[in-house]
Amino acid sequence: MLGYIYAILFYAATAILVVGLAWKIWIYARTPAPLKIPTTPAPKTRGGVVLRMFREVVFFESLYKSNKWIWLFGWTFHMGMWLVLIRHLRYFTQPVWWWVEIAQPFGTYAAFAMLIGLGGLWARRVLVERIKYITNPSDHLMLGLLMGIVLSGMMMRFVTRTDIIAVKSYMLGLLRLEVGYMPADPVLMLHLLLVATLMIVFPISKLLHAPGVFFSPTRNQVDNPREKRHIAPWAAKLEN
Amino acid sequence: MAADGNDIPQLAHPLEIPKLKCGAMAESSPYVASPDHQAGVGFPGELLPDWKERALAKMKELAQKNRAFRVYLDTCVKCGACTDKCHYFIGTGDPKNMPVARQDLLRSVYRRYFTFAGKHFPKLVGARDLTEAVLDEWYSYYHQCSQCRRCSVFCPYGIDTAEISMAAREIMDVVGKGQKYCNEIIGKVHKIGNNLGLQEKALRATLEDFEEELEEDTGVSVRLPLDEKGADILLITPSADFFAEPHIDGFLGYAKVFHEAGVSWTISSYASEAANFGLFIGSYENMREVSLRIRKAAQDLGVKRIIFGECGHAWRVAYSFLNTLAGPWDFLDQNYPIPQHICEFTWNEIQKGTLKFDPSQNDHIKLTFHDSCNVARASGMGNEAGGQFEIPRNILKTVCNNFHDMPRDTIMESTLCCGGGGGLLTDELMDLRTKGASPRMKALQETTEEHGVTHMAAICAICKTQFAKVMPKFGYDMDSIVSVHQMVSNAIILTGQDGDDEEEGDGEDAA
Ligand code: HEM
Ligand code: SF4
Ligand code: SF4
Repeated sequence: MLGYIYAILFYAATAILVVGLAWKIWIYARTPAPLKIPTTPAPKTRGGVVLRMFREVVFFESLYKSNKWIWLFGWTFHMGMWLVLIRHLRYFTQPVWWWVEIAQPFGTYAAFAMLIGLGGLWARRVLVERIKYITNPSDHLMLGLLMGIVLSGMMMRFVTRTDIIAVKSYMLGLLRLEVGYMPADPVLMLHLLLVATLMIVFPISKLLHAPGVFFSPTRNQVDNPREKRHIAPWAAKLEN
Repeated sequence: MAADGNDIPQLAHPLEIPKLKCGAMAESSPYVASPDHQAGVGFPGELLPDWKERALAKMKELAQKNRAFRVYLDTCVKCGACTDKCHYFIGTGDPKNMPVARQDLLRSVYRRYFTFAGKHFPKLVGARDLTEAVLDEWYSYYHQCSQCRRCSVFCPYGIDTAEISMAAREIMDVVGKGQKYCNEIIGKVHKIGNNLGLQEKALRATLEDFEEELEEDTGVSVRLPLDEKGADILLITPSADFFAEPHIDGFLGYAKVFHEAGVSWTISSYASEAANFGLFIGSYENMREVSLRIRKAAQDLGVKRIIFGECGHAWRVAYSFLNTLAGPWDFLDQNYPIPQHICEFTWNEIQKGTLKFDPSQNDHIKLTFHDSCNVARASGMGNEAGGQFEIPRNILKTVCNNFHDMPRDTIMESTLCCGGGGGLLTDELMDLRTKGASPRMKALQETTEEHGVTHMAAICAICKTQFAKVMPKFGYDMDSIVSVHQMVSNAIILTGQDGDDEEEGDGEDAA
């Protein structure tokens, strides 16, 4: 019974996440940028833009220039998150990929990195006057949701010890469209519920920054307006 | 209320973060355009009964036509990195002048009508209905943004508040609530060809006066040609260069450089304006129409090249948009950048060795350089990224012996706006302009204390006018702001000039 409820939840959440994100990305990609607006100095070549984007996504370069505290907490949280995500792949792969194996020991500490990062970001929302001013209830909820995921995950890892073998075979089953047995562990149930919630809100929340950053014209445009004419389809129509 | 700069903030350093002063600038608002001004730019004359529907329809259209608008409204995570980056926030402490808060004025409405979360859980995500009070708030705070893009440099996603404030101004225009200063001026350009409404005859007379002045000063006949068919170069320069100080001195500087370089050039009375305020109101159509005048002038005069004079936002439109708006420029000489900046031209000539200077003519000046926002963060010069920082400085260091930069976090891509850009250079906003200038002024004061800097050079007509007006409030003379080509003009030695090769003591009054 529990297995079926969570199966439905996960299939629905995955569908919403995938379709929702694909839809948003489609809209971003389809919407033209009528003018060249890279924040200069900007790269003069495509390769340069790829490099700029890489630095933004991997190192949060602009944020680093901007505010060292936000950078420290934000970067710690995100990098921790990627490690944890990689670590989680072992629940969905059999045999486990070698690079996922390698990440295992780091993944454990990554949870602490996420915790520290999220804690720092949340503290700023409450303690720094300016950030408090721009914070909406949804911003607290999002941090709470992530914090809940991290804490329930850590509970299972360090305190209550869930039956990982059973969870893994349940997940592998879902991948083959087979619903198996899911352990009725309250912490696990909470963890998975929160994760599904995160997946569902992803395409309708500020988490859209993840795809959004790649579509930001100030960051992804090549600085060559004099060399190459840039024109949006709707603007071209003005010309006849 | 409208304190006339009597409450200028005393900043401990240029980027000091102020305490929040909620509502401090709520009363600041420029004059609304009259029906005549609105008609001149193709917008309804007054607030229409169905303004709300029109505003939302326009918002939807913008989301479909402009990726920046859509992505930036969705993407912000409220991290707060931009909150202390706006000179108007630093100068006023009004939290709605924090870039993200400024975006939120519009984002809140966008969310309410166009997003799932905002439609169903408005309180949760800070979404709100569009009301007349909201419209008034937009009018006030989107005219407290000089569209300088400093915030965009520091946002992890490059979210550019300028894009949002341009969009907001366009929405306000289409519902009939435009800004007088910008729209009146754009109307004049459409009709007459420049911001001032200066007719061909008056322009010709002005140029003739300048020619006489130049000949008196130098003993050399330096020409200022108008509407000369067959000239190689069309000079497009801000019309302030024809009538305001220190702009004129810069303009005479270009003329001397052209003269010495031995090129033929002309001004056009039809396109006698580099400025393009269509940018400030976010109107592609108006911006395009103004740009097309330049295309027509270039074709009618049969020139081979186009060079722009010292003007910040004009250079943004020229460098970044002109090819888009009025291209392709296949009828011009492809061996030169199209268009080219006067600084690029001058620096090229300096490198070729065609120009002779006596930098000691500027020895009474200790100089620094103010990077104008639109040049620094929205355009480029030369072939290298960052040429817009190097080239003007290279020129200044060639013509002036004493040059010192202001603190690094207040120049180049981090430059602080003069406080008067983006269509805010109007008297009724003087309080805002003064407070917005205070971070830049503090940086200058520090440089004065440390290096004895006396003058600041700029390559933007708006910066020059703004500084001439506000510098006296910060303990500087109004002529402490100089044009880059004014410095060139002071130091250049024309072939055959009186005193050529000889040391004469009368250089002091060259400015
Ligand atoms: C391409 C991938 C991503 C990039 C480049 C990126 C980058 C950033 C940056 C630069 C910030 C601002 C600094 C900060 O507050 O941490 C941020 C905030 C945030 N990111 Fe991401 N992110 C990515 C993916 C994700 C994903 C997949 C999630 C979610 C599960 C996520 C969750 C968050 C949250 C919740 C915040 C706001 C933190 C707060 O409230 O202060 N990010 N992200
Ligand atoms: S820096 Fe960018 S993402 Fe962060 S609050 Fe400002 S606009 Fe939003
Ligand atoms: S563009 Fe400039 S003036 Fe406008 S919000 Fe950003 S920093 Fe402030």
